[in-house]
Amino acid sequence: MQIGVLALQGDFAEHLVLLRRLDVQAVEVRLPAQLDSLDGLIIPGGESTTFGKLAVHYGLVEPLRQFGQRKAIWGTCAGAIFVSKDAHRDQPLLGLMDISVARNAFGRQVASFEANLDVPALCQVDPDGRPYHAIFIRAPLIEAVRGQAQVLAKLEDGRIVAAQEGHLLATSFHPELTEDTRFHQYFLQLVRSRM
Amino acid sequence: MEEQTGTFAVKKGLAQMLKGGVIMDVVTAEHARIAEDAGAVAVMALERVPADIRADGGVARMSDPELILKIMDTVSIPVMAKCRIGHFVEAQILEAIGVDYIDESEVLTPADEAHHINKHAFKVPFVCGCRNLGEALRRLGEGAAMIRTKGEAGTGDVVEAVRHARSVLGEIRRLQNMPEEELMAFAKENGAPYELVVETRKLGRMPVVNFAAGGVATPADAALMMQLGVDGVFVGSGIFKSGDPAHRAAAIVKAVTHYNDPYILAEVSRNLGAPMVGRNISTMPESERISDRGW
Repeated sequence: MQIGVLALQGDFAEHLVLLRRLDVQAVEVRLPAQLDSLDGLIIPGGESTTFGKLAVHYGLVEPLRQFGQRKAIWGTCAGAIFVSKDAHRDQPLLGLMDISVARNAFGRQVASFEANLDVPALCQVDPDGRPYHAIFIRAPLIEAVRGQAQVLAKLEDGRIVAAQEGHLLATSFHPELTEDTRFHQYFLQLVRSRM
Repeated sequence: MEEQTGTFAVKKGLAQMLKGGVIMDVVTAEHARIAEDAGAVAVMALERVPADIRADGGVARMSDPELILKIMDTVSIPVMAKCRIGHFVEAQILEAIGVDYIDESEVLTPADEAHHINKHAFKVPFVCGCRNLGEALRRLGEGAAMIRTKGEAGTGDVVEAVRHARSVLGEIRRLQNMPEEELMAFAKENGAPYELVVETRKLGRMPVVNFAAGGVATPADAALMMQLGVDGVFVGSGIFKSGDPAHRAAAIVKAVTHYNDPYILAEVSRNLGAPMVGRNISTMPESERISDRGW
């Protein structure tokens, strides 16, 4: 199994570290040809507007859309915005997941926060069901899930922060900034289901 | 569980999101729009770019909050702003208006000749400049969540940025080869908190994100800093003091992403128009250097 991490900008190195800790072959992706040998792709945190500019310029948008038709993709924070259909703003998006997101929905950096989440789906990789400690940085909110997309995690007040649509995954928060590998393991299950 | 804000993880985390990106100095909302359109990961809102601060002389202070707020309203990317070294009230004001990062910057005239701000006291994160590892670790000890090597701002001469990056990264390499019993002496000689010396050695890098700054003027300069091993670059006067800012800004963004690909670097370096004129640091009087500010 080989997993790519989109390395146009952002915290791709943090994802690579966690993947390698799970003994997975992981590589940086900057150009379309680098998608060829991959079984799954992570789009990291960063600035979604920067991803958009660079993805358009280097011809990545269509290849990423085609990749996402067949194989697993997981977007964290800016990555979640990038895989969504609608971000209420004129910026390039992959439109793979039938979700709409609100950028910077919690406010500016002083409102960035940590919180524990109840994520029942993670019991598939670790049955102990302990809370998942999540880090939100100028985070987007998943406002609505439609069609085949389903809610995976909510904040206590009910706002949606993680969603799944078949082999596609979106999280408002950053599992790559923690030591907890459960979300990465969960994603690897999705990757295997499409191999 | 209660949601916790202002933790070190979220302060340091925002800098992690900026990695592999370019943070651009902007003096108007229009500049900010150009920077965002070019793919900047954040903008530094200020009244004058460092080259003009140099040319104008006098005391350089925090920018008018009105200007910073206008820029915050214009772009969706994070907005940073500078306060003077040690001027914790300017920092309180910047936190109050909601900037995303504060740069306690030597580019402004220092307000305190002995002390930096206690950055632990703030919810907003701080980035600080350094010339060497000891200075960087002192700033981390005070609560900075991001470091930038200083270079020599407003010159367009990359030589000091290179010197400072080589100094920091070289000292980390030296630490890694050092037997444990020498770490306390290293901490003492470099004026660095011992615990942070130990942690840096263990990680093989600083425990926070480290950008380059001060003199980056071309895509090649930016890629040079990335290949030396920094996490991203600040470009100050280099963009908006050049002949074609939008084009140059986009080229520097691409150069930072593809810093290891000489063919792409060659492509993005073509036809950028005139770079900023620049000041040669080797012929600059000692008194005009600003990287010496910081204690």
